[in-house]
Amino acid sequence: MAERIDQMVIAAVKKISDGSGALAVNNVQKLFVDPTGGNITALEAVNLDIRPGEFISLLGPSGCGKSTLLRLIAGLDTPTSGSIALDNEVVAGPHYFRGLVFQDPTLFPWLTIRKNVAVGLDARGILKEKEEEVDEYIQLVGLAGFESSYPYQLSGGMAQRAALARALVNHPKVLLMDEPLGALDAFTRMNMQDEILRIWKDRGTTIVFVTHDIDEAIYLSDRVVVMTPRPGKIAKVFDIGIERPRSRNYPDFFEIRSDILELLHFAEKNKPEYYL
Amino acid sequence: MPDTTSVKQTLIAKVNENIVVSNVSFINREISALLPFIFVALLLAEHTLLQNRQPFFQKPYFTWIIEVLVVIFAVAGIGANKFPAFWSKFLEKAPLLAAFAGFLIVWDFVTLKLALLPLPYFPSPAAVTAALINEWETLGISALYSLRLLLIGYGLGVLLGLPTGVLMGWYPRFHYWVNPILRSIGPIPATAWIPLAMVAFPSSFTASIFLLVLACWFPITVMTWSGIANVNKAYYEVARSLGASEFYLITRVALPAAMPSIFVGLFMSMGVAFVTLIVGEMLGVKAGLGWFITWAQGWAEFSKVYAALIVMSVLFSGIITLLFKVRDEVLVWQKGLIKW
Repeated sequence: MAERIDQMVIAAVKKISDGSGALAVNNVQKLFVDPTGGNITALEAVNLDIRPGEFISLLGPSGCGKSTLLRLIAGLDTPTSGSIALDNEVVAGPHYFRGLVFQDPTLFPWLTIRKNVAVGLDARGILKEKEEEVDEYIQLVGLAGFESSYPYQLSGGMAQRAALARALVNHPKVLLMDEPLGALDAFTRMNMQDEILRIWKDRGTTIVFVTHDIDEAIYLSDRVVVMTPRPGKIAKVFDIGIERPRSRNYPDFFEIRSDILELLHFAEKNKPEYYL
Repeated sequence: MPDTTSVKQTLIAKVNENIVVSNVSFINREISALLPFIFVALLLAEHTLLQNRQPFFQKPYFTWIIEVLVVIFAVAGIGANKFPAFWSKFLEKAPLLAAFAGFLIVWDFVTLKLALLPLPYFPSPAAVTAALINEWETLGISALYSLRLLLIGYGLGVLLGLPTGVLMGWYPRFHYWVNPILRSIGPIPATAWIPLAMVAFPSSFTASIFLLVLACWFPITVMTWSGIANVNKAYYEVARSLGASEFYLITRVALPAAMPSIFVGLFMSMGVAFVTLIVGEMLGVKAGLGWFITWAQGWAEFSKVYAALIVMSVLFSGIITLLFKVRDEVLVWQKGLIKW
């Protein structure tokens, strides 16, 4: 029954997989000034082409620059050199084409859930025409009935769903997610992963997903971009050719997983990780 | 089904009652409910049966009021024992009412009955009551004058302070130029400007408004500024990525996020506004409660001074209560977070 209703809602929400949402990261370098006045290279010579509608993960240990790269794509920071383009248009500052979801839901605590989801439309002055879309997206993320609740009344998972709806209602061409499930417990996390996949499949939006969880990256992505720190750069891009829907205990997972671990120097090839 | 619900509700009501009573008193409900009646009756006995040792030639308003209260509290006491749920508010306040009656007994006893405290500085409660009733018209008009001055001054101060604070919090350049002014002028108590203000302004009324605006402007500016400066930067990032303009960021993100801090400023401003208002009226303005106090003091009619103080207490505490109500309404999203 719930499945049926879900599918009806999904059908109601218009698809925009119109071939837009291609990201091109060209030779991007990002330097930060450290307290002593020297430079820290957060990102060095990063090149990445992301296809429209692709689900791509940026994976790596902390300090590898994955969040920095995401913030550059979002337009919240500017690259020291190189450029980023969305559908051949150079990124200069934030735009609702590139929706954001942080690890912290950062809902506005003074607004109800409905008004939080509607913020993007309100800010763009098109809320009046699109009132019913707000409700559709609240349904889509499974928050129907919580419209008039305040953020402090929601659990972490629910707040993150609201943050997701808030980004989606703007019809972004790219959805940028910075460890969006990092603060959730393991079970809520797996539920939310499936939820994100369901929405991604339906909406056709390009997703750039930052995480430090290898299993999560493999389970979700078309491609996993593994990054290494000091200086932050792309070490290798893994194509995850596994058919969807994927099973979490699929044998191919372990293959890719050990490849990534080896790349990050946490394990040696063909040696089991467990000790008896 | 409805039976169990009603039983449940009665049970809950019972528990609540017990909690209320056990919270505030150490005796059982039957006696607690009758405490106001007992103490007011004692007050009546003390006031009418003992010999006066201070002169008192006014109409006995005080006695009449006590007599009415004796009847009211007798009814309330019995009613509260019969229908505790309906009288719960009275039950909660009963010990306080009794204590207030006790205070009146002591006051009446040491003034009117024993003349322990010197006249005219310490009149009896009967004399203050008589002053309150005889002077109600002058007091009422004075209160209205005070209220007018307060609202204009406070309103203008907030209207000026709020944008100053917002601009300081938002634009570093504005902060750079305005901060020294705020730092140097803000901490001076507005009342210190009285000698200058009285000369510089055409009337004592406009001078007082200037003082009130100055007094209110400082706290509201500081608290708005710090509120805006402390807003979580991620809010702006999210809003910008959703397509928000700078105007939207200021009015719909920064301002509401700073609201808790702004309300602290509103309360602080109200406090200094009261002080400035009364001092201004005592020193220059020819109307208002502050003026009434100086005037009554000039005639050594201290019962009127106390009457004015009572009116002031009612007026100011009413305003503060109203401000709290507004706060609770505006900051409903902070429920459980605010503890004041």
